[in-house]
Amino acid sequence: MSNPAKLSIGPCLFNWKPEVWRDFYFQIADEAAVDTVHLGEVVCSKRTPFFEKYIPEVAERLAAGGKEVVLSSLALVMSEKERDGVRSLAQDAGDFLVEANDYSAAAALAGKPHVIGPLVNVYNEGTLAYVARKGAIRVCLPPELPAATIAVMAAQKQAEIEVMAFGRLPLAISARCYHARSRNLHKDGCQYVCADDPDGMVVDTMEGKPFLAVNGTQTMSYHYLNLLGEVKDLASLGVGRFRLSPHACDMAAVARLFRDVLDSRIEAQEADLQLQDICRDAEFSNGYVHGQPGHQMLFGERLAGE
Amino acid sequence: MSAENVELVCPAGTPAALKAAVDAGADCVYVGFRDETNARNFPGLNFSRPELADGIAYAHERGTKVLVAINTFPRAGSPEIWHQAVDDAAKLKADAVILADVGLCDYASRKHPQLRLHLSVQASASSAEAIRFYHEAFGIQRAVLPRVLTVPEIAALCAQVPIEMEVFVFGGLCVMAEGRCSLSSYATGLSPNMNGVCSPASHVRYVEKGDKVVSQLGGFTINTFGSGESAGYPTLCKGRFEANGKLSYLFEEPTSLNTLSLLPDLIAAGVTAFKIEGRQRGRAYVGNVVSAFRRAVDAIRRGEAPPEIDLDNITEGNKQTAGAYERSWR
Repeated sequence: MSNPAKLSIGPCLFNWKPEVWRDFYFQIADEAAVDTVHLGEVVCSKRTPFFEKYIPEVAERLAAGGKEVVLSSLALVMSEKERDGVRSLAQDAGDFLVEANDYSAAAALAGKPHVIGPLVNVYNEGTLAYVARKGAIRVCLPPELPAATIAVMAAQKQAEIEVMAFGRLPLAISARCYHARSRNLHKDGCQYVCADDPDGMVVDTMEGKPFLAVNGTQTMSYHYLNLLGEVKDLASLGVGRFRLSPHACDMAAVARLFRDVLDSRIEAQEADLQLQDICRDAEFSNGYVHGQPGHQMLFGERLAGE
Repeated sequence: MSAENVELVCPAGTPAALKAAVDAGADCVYVGFRDETNARNFPGLNFSRPELADGIAYAHERGTKVLVAINTFPRAGSPEIWHQAVDDAAKLKADAVILADVGLCDYASRKHPQLRLHLSVQASASSAEAIRFYHEAFGIQRAVLPRVLTVPEIAALCAQVPIEMEVFVFGGLCVMAEGRCSLSSYATGLSPNMNGVCSPASHVRYVEKGDKVVSQLGGFTINTFGSGESAGYPTLCKGRFEANGKLSYLFEEPTSLNTLSLLPDLIAAGVTAFKIEGRQRGRAYVGNVVSAFRRAVDAIRRGEAPPEIDLDNITEGNKQTAGAYERSWR
């Protein structure tokens, strides 16, 4: 039975080689069972010049593949160049939807349909009502919210609610580059060392337990979010869309698994095993949606929002 | 902005600390209610309504303003606690409320059009456009800047916004953009945005392993100390971790922000208010730090260089940093 909930591919949060980036989205355009695909640099504006020349052809290929294209804005906007980037993104997007990842972008998009990204703090119905009045048609909620909150937000029916469902969680953003710092460099002379780690640089505790992952100025979870076991329940709470965050694994296969679980073609338990096959080294977590610490993985728990 | 108009904004987690700050020369004291509506929701801290009424009376009699921080993000389905906090702050004649959530800004600006609104650092408004948005949408009159900008960037920003700018000058230092960090809840389930706590004491353990003491947060080791070393508090982003084959303070060392020597530059940049972190601190700490900064600001007002003041004995781990105000920090 087909589920009305849609799937999106989030913006690539990592610094991939430009041709790898382009070919990844070409593959998504041609093969992935998703409705929406996000393009654009969210983490570090220094990376944009390398791949932006490919955006038009990638967007065209995605549109030809029947995908809605959304252009995502930068999360932490400070410099003149970054402010110009947000302004021109909001003004020149043409027919494309734009996703705001800070309030300067949200303000620039006010009055026309747009998306609010997971790095904007929409924690409650008051803020949701405000951004919806300003033209937000879709809001991807911050990943730390529990199902009870997601349920309240979806029940407002003021904007479509999107929830992150796969990939390392964006946990923090900083002016400081930790990838550079790990090499005794500064952000200004970073040598783009974040490109060494296409899925982020794993951060272990002193006792060797993997804990976090660094992606330039962004700090992420070590664990990959995996809501295969929760997406159907969340969809029944009114969540309209699930976001899969790009990793250097077969994302078309990941998307297929989520689609098959939503459409009841496969049980979540079986899908979990297949997901582990697709990303062999990943450890998974789903704690936040259950109201628990984000790193935890709970099996067979019902969601509190129901 | 001239040094004449600069305000010193000082922390008070208890009525005793409020009096200490007022007596030491604070221009403003900032406080929170004793619940999850503020970002220092620690056991034994903060103000009941009657305590705040008394504190405001004490401060106002001495010409000091009181600002109420209501700077967490209301929980969906129960915004009433946060709305009540805004209503009560207005009723008790607080000089301003410090807010982070857009929905709460919207509520406060509509329900209390006369109430002065400040934008909390937790809103992380880092550009002129973001600050103008809060000003134009809700009438925000002052923004506390996130600790991500350099002094030249702050100067450029001050010239481009029609409202007052406040910056942190001393105390604990977030290394992530404030209000945009879920590291604490990833490890413990409790976060600054939702619960008003970071790296909460309820989830801290000190475990002896051989001749070492291991500090843990939510079961994750944050640091290890040898015998003779004092075991510091395991704030997540100030821990030692291994990455790229190297053990280091990857995010930040256990440092404390100190900008005494930068005060003239910050005034020249156009900053209106200097904020001292530390509502969780005792009255002695508050009194000492406020006195030091009072002396420094007064010296600058007289056209003198800021005095050399030794604050080493009251800073965490005795290490101090100018943080993001200097570009090399990045």
